[in-house]
Amino acid sequence: MPLYHNDDQAMLKDSVAPFVAEQAPVAHLRQLRDSADATGFSRDLWAQFTEMGLPGMLVPEAHGGLGMGHMEAGIVLEEIGRNLTPSPFLATSVGAVAALAKAGGTQAGRWLPAIASGEAIVALAIDEGAKHRPDRIATTATRAGNGFRLDGKKSFVLHGHVADMSIVAAKTDGGITLFAVPKDAKGLTADPRRLVDSSLASHVTLDGVEVDADAVIGEVDAGGDILDALLAATRTGAAAEMVGVGQGAMDRTVTYLKERKQFGKLIGEFQGLQHRAAHLYGEMEVARATVMKAQQLLDEGSEGAKLMVSVAKAKAGRAANLAVREGVQMHGGIGMTDEYDIGLYMKRDRALAEYMGDVHYHIDQVARMNGY
Amino acid sequence: MSDLDAFRIEVRAWLEANCPPEMREPIRDEDDVCWGGRKFKFKNAAQKQWLDACVAKGYTVPDWPKPYGGAGLTPEETKVLKQEMKRIHARSPLDSFGIWMLGPALLQFGTEEQKVHYLNPIARGEIRWCQGYSEPGSGSDLVSLQTFGEDKGDHWVVNGSKIWTSYADKADWIFCLVRTDKANKYQGITFMLFDMESKGVTTKPILLISGNSPFCETFFDDVEVPKTQFVGEINRGWDVAKYLLGHEREMISGGGAGGDMVSIGGAFAKAFGKNAAGELDDPILRAEMAAFDVDVFAYRAMGERFMDMWKTGRAHPASSNMMKYVGTELNKRRHELVMAGGGSDALEWDSEESKGGARARTWLRTKANSIEGGTSEVMLNVIAKRILDLPGA
Repeated sequence: MPLYHNDDQAMLKDSVAPFVAEQAPVAHLRQLRDSADATGFSRDLWAQFTEMGLPGMLVPEAHGGLGMGHMEAGIVLEEIGRNLTPSPFLATSVGAVAALAKAGGTQAGRWLPAIASGEAIVALAIDEGAKHRPDRIATTATRAGNGFRLDGKKSFVLHGHVADMSIVAAKTDGGITLFAVPKDAKGLTADPRRLVDSSLASHVTLDGVEVDADAVIGEVDAGGDILDALLAATRTGAAAEMVGVGQGAMDRTVTYLKERKQFGKLIGEFQGLQHRAAHLYGEMEVARATVMKAQQLLDEGSEGAKLMVSVAKAKAGRAANLAVREGVQMHGGIGMTDEYDIGLYMKRDRALAEYMGDVHYHIDQVARMNGY
Repeated sequence: MSDLDAFRIEVRAWLEANCPPEMREPIRDEDDVCWGGRKFKFKNAAQKQWLDACVAKGYTVPDWPKPYGGAGLTPEETKVLKQEMKRIHARSPLDSFGIWMLGPALLQFGTEEQKVHYLNPIARGEIRWCQGYSEPGSGSDLVSLQTFGEDKGDHWVVNGSKIWTSYADKADWIFCLVRTDKANKYQGITFMLFDMESKGVTTKPILLISGNSPFCETFFDDVEVPKTQFVGEINRGWDVAKYLLGHEREMISGGGAGGDMVSIGGAFAKAFGKNAAGELDDPILRAEMAAFDVDVFAYRAMGERFMDMWKTGRAHPASSNMMKYVGTELNKRRHELVMAGGGSDALEWDSEESKGGARARTWLRTKANSIEGGTSEVMLNVIAKRILDLPGA
């Protein structure tokens, strides 16, 4: 499979890109922010996503979805990133779907059709501290009655306060187990916090939450592989969204270089800025190729996917970060104002950079996977 | 089974039968590389056997048409062949500026007669070519070149000199940019081909900081070049040169100076030792190497995407400049880390253990990567103007 979008994928992009740009441009984010919206995203927009079949892109056809791959999901995520669109797409339609589809069984049958039909929002309750350390999960699940009792604290749970179900990773006697915890479970509380990019993420407390045995996603103690699938999909998706964020920032900046005059010249004529912009272009192109490679390997079920996912999250993180920093700097004073969009790109990049492992975490993973 | 799968099986069997075991070893020294040409001496029988087998099959230039010595493979088939050669770690049967640079330019701009006449010997490795572009005083600024060909009716008389002509002392023929109209800066250059044994051609190696001399100064003193030996149009050599530079950058970024794009950190675990956690026992260098590895794996993905897009006409024409810039800067970074990782061992200049100072010499050699074939700064200028469409100064 070549590393560019085939005709079907190009058609998907041609329909998604104008749709997101028209229905959910940066003004849409501003509107939600300025009205102090308590949901964190627009239900109306999600309904439009659903009309286009987007929430169930990765859901297998047997469960009512489109059965597409990560390459296709990446097309949507890049446009979401480019427009800074607030949406549950990444956590629900990419992360949760990857876990449920991998696990199969009761919970897949219960939730995948609901995701595909746009009815269910799913949150991913993985992290427990300020930094992403999925190998140090301390939340416990102990057998109680016919099911389990969950105790622990989760953080950085996107859409946690509005999710119909949360996928909770917990320690069981013989390993990690994932649980589908419904919204109304007793002892589950979600405390939403407004983040720097105006999104909402929750601190989730599990205080003796009781769930039935069939709440287990996959098998007891065997959640490691399912968690890996969830993480690989979400990280790759976040990387694709960051490519969109970086591209959006770069496009605005390059446009500005062609409009803004100083010392009687367009600032884009200055070689100092030209070289920095050209360097940024190279970094963004490499990041895009890397994310596509990770998507391709995930779609092929290749063993090399794990390494490439970390490479993609790290590379996209570096490139998008460069794009937003150069963006604000090259905009000069107005880059510091709330009125101009470029600062919003910097904020979204920071949130995505931290989500599911930052650049340093993934660079370290690359070293480990290469035996040093 | 698809045709491509069938082709892969066929290629696999052919390689098994025709690629000698000695040719499945990594390149260790310069003379492991088969450059061909009249002066070339094969290192061993296997090197010649491998070249002969590939020549017979058209596999030295698999995607060239059959009448010109190629195998006429499609881009997809060529990719399969390369994958299968890589899979068994087969060496390139023939490395040649004729294949990488002149060949593509002839395929694009040559007459039918020129194609038949020049391409077949290139494909067979019979004529080794060198490139006469840069001149003293005109490096990346090629349009300022001064070597002049005076019109004498049926031939030109060429006078001037070239610099940085790679392996000119080993080459049989040169493809050369010569000014044929002094009045027109851009449209006064002709792309000429001539024998290095022509009367009036002399060449002298230049000693570099690496202690090696891969480059030469080349002097032309009343060299007669027949009027038939030019490519493209007279005074429009710049069109050919630009096209060819695109291929040169593709080559430099694709593997030449891009280096072997593998993980670097693992290689030094032995030298440093590992800590209790199994990590390289220098946390800062480990971090730098891992960050470098991320860029290497990322660049490999970019290389794959670039080739997929380039071969199907999807790439921006100036994207080879971007590949050249990113690839060469990356390769320089690699060899800084190789030196840091090697410690005092890597400083040795002529000991047996250091293989004649291979690491230090390679490190020094890589500094040219971002100068030759257009400097990094020129690449950035091209990206800024042709891709980002930023205004001219």
